[in-house]
Amino acid sequence: MSNNFKRIDGRTPDQLRPYKIRAGILKNADGSAEIKLGKNWIVVGVYGPKEHFPKFEALQDRAILFCRYHMAPYSTTERKSPKPSRREIELSKVIRSALEEAVILERFPEMSIDIYIEVLQAEGSTRVASITAASVALAEAGIPMKDMVVGCSAGKVNGKIVLDIGETEDKEGEADLPIAIMPNLKKVVLLQMDGKLTHEEFKEAFEMALKGALELYEEQKRALKDLIEKMKELEGESNE
Amino acid sequence: MSEKYKNKTLAEIINIEQAKNLLNKNLRKGDRGLLDYRDIKIETGTIKKAFGSATVNLGDTVVVAGVNFELGTPFIDTPNNAILLVEGEILPTASVEAEAGPPDEHEIEISRVIDRGIRESGMINFEKYVIIPGETVIKIFVDFNIINDDGNIIDAANLAAVAALATAEIPKVEYIREHIDEVNNINIKEIPRESFKVEEIPIANTIGIFDGKVLVDPDAAEEEVVDTLITFTHLSTGEICSVQLLKGGLTYEEVFKTLDVAYQKNLELREILKNNGISL
Repeated sequence: MSNNFKRIDGRTPDQLRPYKIRAGILKNADGSAEIKLGKNWIVVGVYGPKEHFPKFEALQDRAILFCRYHMAPYSTTERKSPKPSRREIELSKVIRSALEEAVILERFPEMSIDIYIEVLQAEGSTRVASITAASVALAEAGIPMKDMVVGCSAGKVNGKIVLDIGETEDKEGEADLPIAIMPNLKKVVLLQMDGKLTHEEFKEAFEMALKGALELYEEQKRALKDLIEKMKELEGESNE
Repeated sequence: MSEKYKNKTLAEIINIEQAKNLLNKNLRKGDRGLLDYRDIKIETGTIKKAFGSATVNLGDTVVVAGVNFELGTPFIDTPNNAILLVEGEILPTASVEAEAGPPDEHEIEISRVIDRGIRESGMINFEKYVIIPGETVIKIFVDFNIINDDGNIIDAANLAAVAALATAEIPKVEYIREHIDEVNNINIKEIPRESFKVEEIPIANTIGIFDGKVLVDPDAAEEEVVDTLITFTHLSTGEICSVQLLKGGLTYEEVFKTLDVAYQKNLELREILKNNGISL
């Protein structure tokens, strides 16, 4: 693949948009994180583990993971109704299902853990960016996990396989492949695709998304280390 | 009793335990091999009042799909495209767990997977069914209902939806154009019809992984015990048009292993459709 090929926003085919993750951004939440990926701006708050209500729904051998993916009415070019759409209900389900693979729910019987994902500004690939941020928020909440979960997308635009699909590319492109992985366990926990891809293109896109996810995994770790450093500083100050 | 059996009947628990014991020995109910589908029966035109319909039996899973056409206003961002709406419900008759009421996340996910297969495959030429660009287009409704749920409802519902569309009859666009002034007063069912031509046939294949073993067409009990469920939808060209990881996770190698199995099985289902007179 020629690296001279430029995308609509000037990126090379295998280049992520500029990204930044911050952990511990919400005072009230037990864990929280924010991700900026291109113009995407997503905030995640985690509450729990806490006693599950109503009690008859609680599970005796593990915690219930609740997840809501929600887009703000002003997050898109055309106003989005604040009421959860069918798309948001589906995405809440696939994101929860992905995170359930990592969180050790058996550690908290009778409890629930709530994950609230709020997309404040959307610019394509929000579901995978949401997972990446949610995983950082869960880690900040101190919830035991088998591995981090990190997501990234790839797709096909103008006949080329490209990484991290933006909004225009999603609309005009031929295919979109969002994935989320547990990078150390080497497992795929979210996998969706729509559009048209040959088996070879699917493989190429999958491998490209995998690489992108591993780059974002480094950013997840950096965000968490950053927070720890900051806490150490604060502790140092209070000891003086 | 283990918490995983919460809200399950005794009969279901026995089926689940049996499915697990059999799969541990690479066996399945009814002497079925890991890569065998259950018997498939496809019948089209089962609902005379719809523009197109089909009933599919996949083992004990039963799905009815109906196609309807209406006139409507196109979406602002796609003035030159007909509108497609795919919605499915698991009826309260389908199983002891099925409940009446608005679609839950499971039903929404299934509908959206089938919607994506039909939409992205190019099965429907959306530009063909525009009466006046930006003003009037044909709205294509594909509604399916699960009458009895014995697992793998995506594959069954996809077959039903595809069969109903491929055998549907659509009101003639030319006729509507010529009679556009009076068309609001005509019952759409009275308008002369022609065959609805489909340009592609998407086939969905759901693959399960149990303890590292790949199996196709899981029944309801098997769906409970498999670690992973993933659906691939293929086109007649061999391209993939939709993927959905429904349950659990899988290794990188397993992604391609399940993809290959899905591709092989898509050929098989395509042949069954062909034997029922549904092909390109």
